[in-house]
Amino acid sequence: MKRRDLLKSSGALLGAAALPMLKTSAAWAAPADTAVILIGNTINSLDIHRPGTNRPSYQVAVNCYDRLVTFGTKTLADGTLVYDYDTIEPELAESWTIAPDRKSITFKLKPTAKFWDGTPVTAEDVKWSFDRALALGGFPKVQMGAGGFVEPAQFVVVDAQTFRIDLKKPSKLSLPNLGVPVAVIINSKAAKAKATASDPWAAEFLHKTPLGSGAYKVERWDSGQQLVYVRNDDWVGGPKPALRRVIIREVPSLATRRALIERGDVHLSFQIPNKDAQELTANKKVKVVGAPIDNCIYVACLNQNFEPFRDAKVRQAIAHAIPYEQIHKQAAYGRGVPMWGGKSAKPTEAVWPQPFPYTTDLDKAKALLAQSGFAKGFEVPLSYDLGEADWGEPAALLIQESLGKIGIKVTLDKIPGANWRTVALVEKKLPFLLENFGGWLNTPCYYFYWAYIKGNLFNASNYDDAQVKALVEETLHMEKSDPAYAPKILQLIEKAFVDLPRIPLWQPTLESAMSPALGGYETWFHRQVDARSMKLS
Amino acid sequence: MSTFVVILGRLLQAVPTLFGIVAVVFLMTRALPGDPAVFFAGPAATPESIAEIRAQLGLDQSLATQFVQYLGALASGDLGQSLSTGQPVADELMRRLPASLELTLVALLISVSIAVPLGVLAAVRQDSWIDQLCRFVVTAGVSLPTFFTGLLLLYVFYFLLGIAPAPLGRLDILFVPPPHVTGFYLVDGALAGQWDVVGSAAAQIALPSVTLALFTLAPLARMTRAAMLQALGSEYIRTARAAGLSRARVLFVYAFRNALLPVVTTLGMVFSFSLGANVLVEKVFSWPGIGSFAIEALVVSDYAAVQGFVLSMAVLFVLLNLCVDLLYTLIDPRVRLDA
Repeated sequence: MKRRDLLKSSGALLGAAALPMLKTSAAWAAPADTAVILIGNTINSLDIHRPGTNRPSYQVAVNCYDRLVTFGTKTLADGTLVYDYDTIEPELAESWTIAPDRKSITFKLKPTAKFWDGTPVTAEDVKWSFDRALALGGFPKVQMGAGGFVEPAQFVVVDAQTFRIDLKKPSKLSLPNLGVPVAVIINSKAAKAKATASDPWAAEFLHKTPLGSGAYKVERWDSGQQLVYVRNDDWVGGPKPALRRVIIREVPSLATRRALIERGDVHLSFQIPNKDAQELTANKKVKVVGAPIDNCIYVACLNQNFEPFRDAKVRQAIAHAIPYEQIHKQAAYGRGVPMWGGKSAKPTEAVWPQPFPYTTDLDKAKALLAQSGFAKGFEVPLSYDLGEADWGEPAALLIQESLGKIGIKVTLDKIPGANWRTVALVEKKLPFLLENFGGWLNTPCYYFYWAYIKGNLFNASNYDDAQVKALVEETLHMEKSDPAYAPKILQLIEKAFVDLPRIPLWQPTLESAMSPALGGYETWFHRQVDARSMKLS
Repeated sequence: MSTFVVILGRLLQAVPTLFGIVAVVFLMTRALPGDPAVFFAGPAATPESIAEIRAQLGLDQSLATQFVQYLGALASGDLGQSLSTGQPVADELMRRLPASLELTLVALLISVSIAVPLGVLAAVRQDSWIDQLCRFVVTAGVSLPTFFTGLLLLYVFYFLLGIAPAPLGRLDILFVPPPHVTGFYLVDGALAGQWDVVGSAAAQIALPSVTLALFTLAPLARMTRAAMLQALGSEYIRTARAAGLSRARVLFVYAFRNALLPVVTTLGMVFSFSLGANVLVEKVFSWPGIGSFAIEALVVSDYAAVQGFVLSMAVLFVLLNLCVDLLYTLIDPRVRLDA
């Protein structure tokens, strides 16, 4: 290399760097039927059945694929649109009948339903898709199991337009579980053409290329940057979406997302922190929508393996020492539904979640601790997930301060996100922790099944009670209309009040900030962007 | 010995180093807390489903078997599959490395074109206002964290003034990336003659590269100033002045050229650390670079991705050191490659 050549070429590079800045604004320049949506996480697969597919990727299952059924929409008192668990509506199925013995459900498919490539949707596709969810294992298999679907023989093709599911036992969870993101219907003919001997379920192909019948097709996927949906004009699953194109942009920095929505350069910033939600409500140019997340509570778990927490008086003392209101103000920024200060020690309504009958009362807490076997107090680490630090840290600090006043010395233990699931939920070895489980299927028994039964994943407290176990077994599949159902749920809730393996702090909300021009935004149990109902005015 | 043979020899010498790095990184990722099988088994995992995922990922095998399998794949150029992004690690690196390199190179270009003249002037006019300015810039550049300068620039130029475009990555939403040649949008756009794309890419890269430039300015300016001072105080400069050579000739041909060696060394170091350290800038400007990829991978114990990242960085450093050594021979004929 000669010095002269080097100098020449660097001169050319300097010229390129001196180009002027250009001002272009994404949302203003975009056509009126295109929406730009920001998310904070990355979409890592377009196939929900694939092992390793992360939560933000579930939105592809929602927008690009259809299920047999979907849920209706209801309007809350403040005008917020949310899905309605109690109304099940057709998506690919035209109608369904439940057998008199309730041990099978027969679906008639919409005869006009077509996949994007024009092939009609048949019962064969439904069976293949459900078989696939079981075969690929992992989370899809577990979620299918929640509806009682555990083996392929249960999925029966009656004829091209008729599909039947045989149930081992009747369950109220079966039909709703066909409306969750996992129960998608895939174009089996096109997928099989891409399958190989080592990959019989075309997992490699579907990972990058969806084959669905849904409202939106994927036009472009730049991994780590953006996903672009374009409308499928032949969609029969529901009313034709208003937006023709939807651009999902991944913007990791919170501050950048906030600047973009405040400048009006994007239409929706999906899932914002409570702090931003509280501050942005004052901004006239931005609309903030938040709705409570069904069947989800932020709780403090008391692990029964930890000696002092086996003492009921200690647990009650803690329930009276937690500064609920301060936590709600400083960790939740006033968003979310209070879960403390319940009127009566006996629940009167079979709804979940509901406020527990405890309020912050340090004198009572001191008295309870004095009566317990640990009157001198003790030391305990309080663990929280660093990935949830936005609420976990302030909540943990407030709990630490307040428990200190009654003689319980709390140390803080921050656990990195990668490690959290292992130590908190699988090994269940943390004595005292903040947890945030929410169930997709919105029934109290479903929450109790996951969080109050020994060995189940979200029972981080190692709670084990024979009566609760029996009650959950009885109620899990029982119809809600069964006269025996509500009394049993009341019993369960009362046990939760008294035994306190989990002390609820508040019920969280899903908050999003959007341009006032964006309408039809709906909050779903799966906590994903559903672009199908959105419109721009 | 021809230059080519020397370069080849240098590259071969790097092989054992790279092998060592591969082995250490393999063991270190396994020693990290966190179990990828649990993480990727999803929100409602049961012990059975976790075991299934573990088997699918090959994590139920012994460490030695896993290492041999990894080496075998590596030999055939397969860096494995990233779990967190769902893409082959090699593809991911190929796509993200140019983004980071483009950002770092533009930033260094800005940085050098300010820092070197500033350092030279500060040395020539010691304790003058320009020396004070140099001191101020250096202190500010070092003491302000990059994410802070990034957010500040964003707030002023995008949020308040609206001059800069929306911080949404390498191109405005309306543009499609130019055909891939080098992976640098500024270059590829120009090669394809798509000047609007080049304009958008330049507008997008402006704020992040200035942020990074402010950070890298300090060591370069300091080093230039110090090296110039040393050169100017040396005997050959006194001799040159005594011989009546012109001021410009003394300054640029004799002093500056001799001061360049430490500056180039610093430049190499600054380049390598800023390539890894611009994660925060990448996050603030949604830049799809290699730093944010590595951090995400580390957080979720994505072994293949972390290993691929470290390996590619190691290779890059070997090449970079070679380039720096080549530059030495240009600047100072006394320095020889095979020495």
